[in-house]
Formats: sequence, C-alpha cells, structure tokens
Amino acid sequence: MPVQGFMYPNEIELQWSVLIVVYPFVTGLVAGAFILASLERIFHVGAVKPTYRLALLTALSFLLVAPLPLQLHLGHPERSLEMYLTPHTSSPMAMFGFVYLWYLMAVILLEIWLEYRREIVLFSQRTVGWRRLLYRALTLGSSNISEASLRVDDRVGWVVTLIGIPSAFLLHGYVGFIFGTVKANPWWSSPLMPVVFIFSAMVSGIAMVLLVYMAMMKIRHEPIDMRCVDTVAQYLLYTFIIDFALEMLDLIHRISVADESFRSLDFLLHTRLFFSQVVLQIALGTVVPILAIGFIQMFHVPEKARRLAYAVCGCLTVIGIFAMRWNVVIGGQLFSKSFLGYTTYKVDLISREGELIAAVLLLLPFFILAVLVKILPPFAEREAASGD
Amino acid sequence: MNRIKDAEHLFRLAAAFAVGLALFLLLRAYFVPKSFGQYGHYRGDALAELSSKPMSYAGHQSCEDCHSDVLQVKKAGKHAGVNCEACHGALAKHAEDPSSVVPQLPDTAVLCARCHEENIAKPKAFPQVVSAQHSGGAVCKTCHQPHSPLLQPGGKQS
Amino acid sequence: MITRRRLLMLLPAAAFAWEYVLAGTPELAPGYNRNEHWWGMLLDISKCIGCGNCVRACATENNVPEGYFRTWVERYHVADWHQETPEVDSPNGGKNGFPPGTDVGGKNFFVPKMCNHCVDSPCTQVCPVGATLHTPDGVVLVDEKYCLGCRYCIQACPYGCRFLNPTKRTAEKCSLCYHRITKGLTTACCESCPTGARQLADLKNPSDPIHEFLRTHSVQVLKPHLATGAKAFYYDLDGSVR
Repeated sequence: MPVQGFMYPNEIELQWSVLIVVYPFVTGLVAGAFILASLERIFHVGAVKPTYRLALLTALSFLLVAPLPLQLHLGHPERSLEMYLTPHTSSPMAMFGFVYLWYLMAVILLEIWLEYRREIVLFSQRTVGWRRLLYRALTLGSSNISEASLRVDDRVGWVVTLIGIPSAFLLHGYVGFIFGTVKANPWWSSPLMPVVFIFSAMVSGIAMVLLVYMAMMKIRHEPIDMRCVDTVAQYLLYTFIIDFALEMLDLIHRISVADESFRSLDFLLHTRLFFSQVVLQIALGTVVPILAIGFIQMFHVPEKARRLAYAVCGCLTVIGIFAMRWNVVIGGQLFSKSFLGYTTYKVDLISREGELIAAVLLLLPFFILAVLVKILPPFAEREAASGD
Repeated sequence: MNRIKDAEHLFRLAAAFAVGLALFLLLRAYFVPKSFGQYGHYRGDALAELSSKPMSYAGHQSCEDCHSDVLQVKKAGKHAGVNCEACHGALAKHAEDPSSVVPQLPDTAVLCARCHEENIAKPKAFPQVVSAQHSGGAVCKTCHQPHSPLLQPGGKQS
Repeated sequence: MITRRRLLMLLPAAAFAWEYVLAGTPELAPGYNRNEHWWGMLLDISKCIGCGNCVRACATENNVPEGYFRTWVERYHVADWHQETPEVDSPNGGKNGFPPGTDVGGKNFFVPKMCNHCVDSPCTQVCPVGATLHTPDGVVLVDEKYCLGCRYCIQACPYGCRFLNPTKRTAEKCSLCYHRITKGLTTACCESCPTGARQLADLKNPSDPIHEFLRTHSVQVLKPHLATGAKAFYYDLDGSVR
C-alpha cells in the first residue's frame, strides 16, 4: 500500500468507501429537492410551481435508494434491524435511523399521498388490471374526493410541508453531525459540519430538480417554463452564496488557527485532494455556477443561452457537491491521526463497494423516478387540459 | 359528521400507522436479546462469552509448577524477569497435557537476536551486541545458557 | 519441597483445573467479582526494547489476522529539539522486531501502542447498536455477535487501535485478554514481555505494585486533550509521541 510517512498500522486501509460518499450525496439531494418543493407550498413562490410534484417524486426516488449503499457497506447487513431495536442514543448514526424513518413516513410519503390523492382515487376507478389494484391499495379504501375532503388534504399538506422543512434540515444536518462529532478526526470535527452539509444539500437538490425538470420537458417535447427555471436558478444562486461563504469560513479559520492537524490537511489539499477539492468542488462546482448565474441576474441573456447555462451549471453543481462529499469522507481518511503520514484510496471497479456499484446506485433513482412518474404523473393537470 | 366524513381517509392512514407501530413493538419484543441491558447498553451474555475464549499461553505459574528446577536456575540469573513462554512460545496445550505437545527448543541464533541485537532505539543500558562482531558466527548457546545467560569472568558459565 | 509423590497427586488436579479453564466454561474463575477490579495498563518506555514479543503473543493468543494489529510497537527518532516532527516507523507493526538503524544522534525509543480502554471512550459513544461495551471492571470490549460492521467506532477511535476483521466482518481490537484476566492470569502481551515494559494494573487494588507505581511516578496518557479517560499509562513518554 503506498503510504507516505507514518500511519498507525490499522489506518492504512480506508474504512469508509465510495459508498459512504454516495450516501450523504443521495440524502442531500432528498433534502434539497424537498426544500425547493416547500418554496411553493409555504412561501408561495408561484413561479416554481411546475416543479412542485416533480421535486417530491425526485426526493422520494433518492430517499428509497439512500439505505442501499449503507446495506452494501455493512459487514453484517442482516443485523441492521438492531439499529431500530436497540438504538444507542448517544450515537448519531443510530438516531439518524429514526430521522430517516420519520422523514420517509411522516413527511415525503404523506405529502405525496395528500398531493396525489385525487388522481389516485380517479385512477383506481378508471384503470384496469394490476394498475387498478395498485391504485386501490393506495386509496386505503377511501374514495372521498369531495371538495371538502380535498380542502382538508390541502390544509394537512400545508402543515406536513411546514414540519417537513425543519425535518429536511434535520435529515441532512444529522448526516453532517455524524461526521462533525468525531473528535478523533480534525477534518470532520467541527460545529460547522452540519450547517455546511445542509446548505450543500440544498444546492445539490435544487440543481438536480432543475436538471430533471429541463430533461423531462425535453423528453416530452414541451416548452420549458422560463419563469420557473429562472426563479429556481435564483434560489440556487442564493443558496450557493451561503454555502460558499460557509465553506470559505471553514477554510480560512483552519488556516488562521493552524492547529496540530493543519500541516497534514494543508498537504492533502495541495496534493491528493487538489483535483477533487480545488478544481472540481471549488472552482468548477461553486465559483463557475455562482459567476454564471450571477451574470444572468445582472445582464440580459437570451433564453437559449440561459437554458444552456442552467443545464451546464446544474451539472457542474451536482458534480461539485459529489466532489465535496468525496473530499469530506475519503479526504478525512487519507491522512493519519498521528499527523505524520498519508495513505491512498484504492477503489476497485467490480467489488461490493466498488465504482460500478456506486455508479449503479447513482443511476438507480432515475429509474425509480421514471416508474414513479408513470404511476403518479407530475403534469396531470397539463395532460387533462391538453387531452380534453 | 360531515367533517369526519371528509377526513375519513386520514383516520384510515392513522390506523395504518398504528398497525405499523404495533408490528414494530412486536418485532422488538421478539428480537431484542433477553440479556440486553443487564449491565449497560449491550448484551449481558457477551461478558460471559468473552471471558470464556480458549487460551494459547499457559502463564508462567503453570510452567513453574512442573519445571521448578529451571525456575531455580532462572531466579538467580539475569533472565529472572523473563517468563518461560516469552522464549518458548505459547504452551497452554503442553501445560494441559504435557505428553501431547513436546515443545521444540527455540533456535538461539534467531531467538536471542530479537532482544539482544544492537538497535539505536533500545535503552542504552540494555545488554545488546552486534552479533556478527560478537561471536564470530558461533550461535549464542555455544557460550550462554539461556536460563541464566551471564558469563563469569574467564568465559565460564555462572 | 516438591517430591515425585506430591507431583503425581498434583497432576490430576492440575489437569482437571486446566480442563475446566480450557473448556471455556461460561463461568468465570471462582471468586472473580467484576465490581472488585478496574483494569488498566502501564507501559514503561524506558524498558521497551522493541523485540515485538507482545505483538506476536497477542496475535497467537487472539487469532489476530495477518496485517491487522490489536497491539503494535512504533519506533521514534526525535532530532534535537524538533518535538513536532519525529520520524516514526512500525514495520509490520513491529511484529518481527526492527532493523538496527543508523545512529544519527537525537532521541530514539520504542512506544508500544494498544487500546487504551478509555473510561469515556468515543468508540462506545458512537456505536449505533451497543455492540461495543464497557464492562463493570473497566475493559472496553466488542460483542462480535452483535456488531454490524458499520465501522463508526473505527473512525471514532483517536488512537487507531481498531480494525475490521476481514473474515468475521466485525470490528475488533485489544480485549485486554479479558478471558485471561478474569481468571487471575495476566494478558498475553505482558506474559511475553521480557523486560516488564508492559504490566497489567488493577486500579481498584491498593496493594497492586503497578497501581502503586502509578501513584508515585509521573505518567502520561496519549492525546489527553481529547479527554477520553485513557487507562493505558505511559512512563517516560516523550512529548513527541502521537
């Protein structure tokens, strides 16, 4: 194993692999997509309404995939139920299991069900075969879609979304907390970690919904609602500025304080993490999107150019946030806790925790989304309007 | 009445959640190990299991119970503080049934060097030599008796 | 005096006792009360000769897989006053000793490392299910039947003493030879240490000579700023040691 300097013998091999990079990336997308959805519901930002249902479905797709990298990583996945049966309350990881369950059950599924209930009941009456069975199951036996009941749904849905916002912060903030409370690792140990995670999650989630919306409109040969994507891009910019400020604060603080870990971390940043942190995360993943979208706010840019800019910035953002997760998880394990050495991460292509699996897990949510979009069409009103 | 009728689907949902919760509590009662929480947030049985693993090293007391003659020699010499298995290896099986395992005598050329080969990081007062210069190729046992290794002046064994 | 006759009488009794001990009965040695002991370790740097006996003995006693270490020895070279930049090496954990090295002056010494059996261990704190535990007698253990293999504890340990057992796929680390100390024996590493650099300490026993040593000499723990409550005490530890 190419070790530079000295590492404690048990540190040479990395413990948390690329799968543990995929996991916070995916949960971050969930939180971010949901926050975007809540913009319309709670803050009445009408312009982003076309993305509302899509954002919810995107969040669900990624939320369903989130436990998979963890299960593949565990030495004994068959024992994973223990986290729910005998959770250790002092462990952020154990408590996160409940935060995840809460978010899945009480926020996402509930909100989607309330939003789509009318269509579910209608489909349960109009379709045949296994689809009919599916929709009937989803109705939970109630076929009441009177105006009054829909108003009830709307009210309850509003409350769920309201609770959902802090829940989304809790969901991804907790992942940051899992890293932030490890006092043994100075790259992770910081009170800023949950906050940085939340804002980078929002950035990635908003960018992802933007990309998915634009892609879907292209696939359906429908025009992209420019007012919508312009507004989404604006919110992306605002969130980016906060996210960038936080990350720069962390960096500047470290340089200024220069504690025992600084030399090690500085070396890492200049060598093993240079491409993934300086180039991918900061330059291409943050600075370029901020400058591009910022430019669009200040100067008139024609529609076609704006669409292209949003697509490119969206991709750069998503890649940049993946790089950020990589830099935190993998970066945090590349240096020795003796601060005297460095190791390398050898990621296999084909293994239980390899690149291939990571790629599959990153693509899987899109397949799930494709299925969800068929079952719960996000643009039903449009279809109804154009169909009749 | 109307109110309830309009919110009926929510009651059904609540019922579904209640069923889920009940199932979870049932699972918990069934799957959590009985000894969990006995001493702390862990399986109490683990303590007994971890205390009863098999041993490979007998401990010097067992050796000395039978090999008291060696002990007499060792006690008076420089290796008084060196336990038997430090050189002879793990011998719990031999202590349990002496005839079943006959321990091999260690090769002094290799064994002694581990401790006594000169090394810059060893404490200066610790007896260490550069074996190539020290004995001109002769193995350690040629002059030193391992159980009481110090040589008297004149090269005689103490 | 031990006569042949007495020996012949003793042998079956000894054999019976060994059978009892080696059969791995779940009960402890008679008379062992967990609440009467509080285990720690003394590591005397002035006595360590880097022979690697401890590393080999531990590997034998506890079936430690090759390439992983429940205990290991590091060699330090500190040039002049440069406390913050020591040169450290640990070839295969010190299992086969160390190469002689060239004398370039400065301070050179060996440091044995192991699990510190911390009172406020970060590893126990982060375990999500309760698979790593504090025994009532002060030993931090891993319940390999309950461990998920999530490796959070390995990340949380500041001392690098934990690893994932590749065949069992559970976390593993020094158990302070719990199966030995609860039967009145010492740990495998202490048993095989030729110079007394490693000594087990019972911090609840006032007449334990090691406990006495700790009370009367300057000792240190590793990374005290992390307030882990480490119970592996080092005598004659240089400030450059990480």
